[in-house]
Amino acid sequence: MSSEPVIATGSATSTGSVGFLEFEKPLVRIQHDIEEMEREQREGRDDLTTEIKQQRSRLRSTTRRLYRNLTPWEAVLVARHPDRPLSTDYLKLIFQDFCELHGDRAFGDDKAVMTGFARIGGHRVLFVGHNKGKDVTERIACNFGCAHPEGYRKALLKMRLAEKYGLPIVSLIDTQGAYPGIGAEERGIAQAIAVNLMEMSKLRTPIVCVVIGEGGSGGALGIAVGDRVAMFQHAFYSVISPEGCAAILWKTADQRKHAAEALKLTAPDLRKLDLIDEIIPEPLGGAHRDPERAAASLEKYIVGSLNELKRRTIDTLLRKRYDHIRHLGAFFDDPSEAKPGKASAKAPAVRRAASRSIRLASRVPRAEEVPA
Amino acid sequence: MRMNLIPRARNAAGSVIVADKVDVPAGLWSRCDKCGHMVYEKEVEEALHVCPECGHHRRVDARTRIEQLVDPGSFEEFAMGLRSTDPLKFKDRIPYKERLQREQAKTGECEAVVVGKAFIRGRAVILTVMNPAFIMASMGAVVGEKVTRAIERAAEENLPLVIVSASGGARMQEGMVSLVQMAKTSAALARLGEAGGLYIVVATDPTTAGVAASFASLGDVILAEPNAMIGFAGPRVIANTINAELPEGFQRSEFMLEHGFVDRIVPRSDLRREIARIIDYCGK
Ligand SMILES: [Zn+2]
Repeated sequence: MSSEPVIATGSATSTGSVGFLEFEKPLVRIQHDIEEMEREQREGRDDLTTEIKQQRSRLRSTTRRLYRNLTPWEAVLVARHPDRPLSTDYLKLIFQDFCELHGDRAFGDDKAVMTGFARIGGHRVLFVGHNKGKDVTERIACNFGCAHPEGYRKALLKMRLAEKYGLPIVSLIDTQGAYPGIGAEERGIAQAIAVNLMEMSKLRTPIVCVVIGEGGSGGALGIAVGDRVAMFQHAFYSVISPEGCAAILWKTADQRKHAAEALKLTAPDLRKLDLIDEIIPEPLGGAHRDPERAAASLEKYIVGSLNELKRRTIDTLLRKRYDHIRHLGAFFDDPSEAKPGKASAKAPAVRRAASRSIRLASRVPRAEEVPA
Repeated sequence: MRMNLIPRARNAAGSVIVADKVDVPAGLWSRCDKCGHMVYEKEVEEALHVCPECGHHRRVDARTRIEQLVDPGSFEEFAMGLRSTDPLKFKDRIPYKERLQREQAKTGECEAVVVGKAFIRGRAVILTVMNPAFIMASMGAVVGEKVTRAIERAAEENLPLVIVSASGGARMQEGMVSLVQMAKTSAALARLGEAGGLYIVVATDPTTAGVAASFASLGDVILAEPNAMIGFAGPRVIANTINAELPEGFQRSEFMLEHGFVDRIVPRSDLRREIARIIDYCGK
């Protein structure tokens, strides 16, 4: 893992300003100026110490301004940033003695999900995490973090091991979604995710889940049920990708920015909806600008949560976990509609509905791309 | 009689090809989506909305399904007053609130699932029927809650739970609130399982995405109607990803049976009998 300065730039590499996103354009210019001045300074042409200092401060304040007001779509871009630290980076930065455990003992080893024993902050844990891959070879080998059924089954198998030996589970989520392919369907991707949701709700050991980058729908949820579900500040978690949502509801992928907004997929929005427990702060300008600091922030959250959860008895833990899951999502409940007499009063409507059924049935649209 | 009527219908339409553009008298004749035959609606209805020519199982709305499945007059609905809060204040081309109102007006239902207690061949069950006529029975907070209440009721009353699944998946307009309903329903099923409750899934066309990846895949016994679409990812998404044509019959009931994810394929006309038989075998 390369260790970058606070404001990392792509110009440290040979590919120019590749590290910058579209909305970060103002930063590119300032960064360029700084580098120019630094070069001149090095060449001893001029003493630019004060100017450089000023520009650096400008860079920080501009970054702060940009990142304070990230639009949901910009958050998506940050979460997908090619330099954003991955679960494998955090494994190296804050976990020790990782002992990887492969395979689902049934079909194979899915590299899109990594599992194994590890230590963090004095805790022995079972690590579960999506793996997107650091370079092209790795990315292809692990399908860019899009797991097949065997990935979810491997995760469950190892989590059961953790339950058996009393190890808490730490799950890091970072995926576009489960892999949409023929093999995945043949081997029951839907069933594999469903079983994880059911089993994770009752595993008798603490589970801490953190969405570190992309929380892509069911493929994310399949390893994201636990006692704590947190998100990095600029991560996103969504029932469908903004592109997919735009294509279905607006009939054009161009509306992805609107979709990103409408879906309420950012950490602050999901906190407001009470769907996540906590927002883990990221360093200024996003985790990719300072992976060490991001890792420290993550470690603090994980260790703090483990300390807290381990103090509870398993029965209390499971009761609280269930109560939390049970009450996800609000709805209106109009008791007047639920009165016993109401059902018979509705009977004519029911019959009408029945006689309309043919028309209705033929109007039912065909299955299309669907969320989750 | 059918044979005599078909040519007449064709003549009235001018030609077979343009027949579907002509207004067939409502409720009399229609063209089968699958085989293209003109079919006499009354006959289709009597056959539980299965095409008499090719056996195509049409999608049916929740009330029709309930009528087909339960002993006459035995259905007692509960959890009727639940309504969406529109948690995201979602708006695409139209506001979600308005979309819900339209769907409610169109179907006469307040949401995409109907839950209740009923008898099937004399056996008491908790029945959950999803309604593909209502936003493709997509699952938002209300659907998740009603399904969960049905699961809980089955556990409380120690009755078999039968869920007739049909869904396009999580309801996009409720965003993450929809996604977490997958966890909620699955967690409730974990409890039902621990209580020793019997859970039978009847997967119907289409059972996909978030519903396939939660309660619809968790039955003790999973029955499926013939040729129902059952799967996780949308076929178009898969075709785009792999950049190839999908094999014939991909993600259909028969495919799922072959790959080990469905116990039995049951034609609609046999569902009552099969459900009752399984309940009896499980001693419920
Ligand atoms: Zn037909």
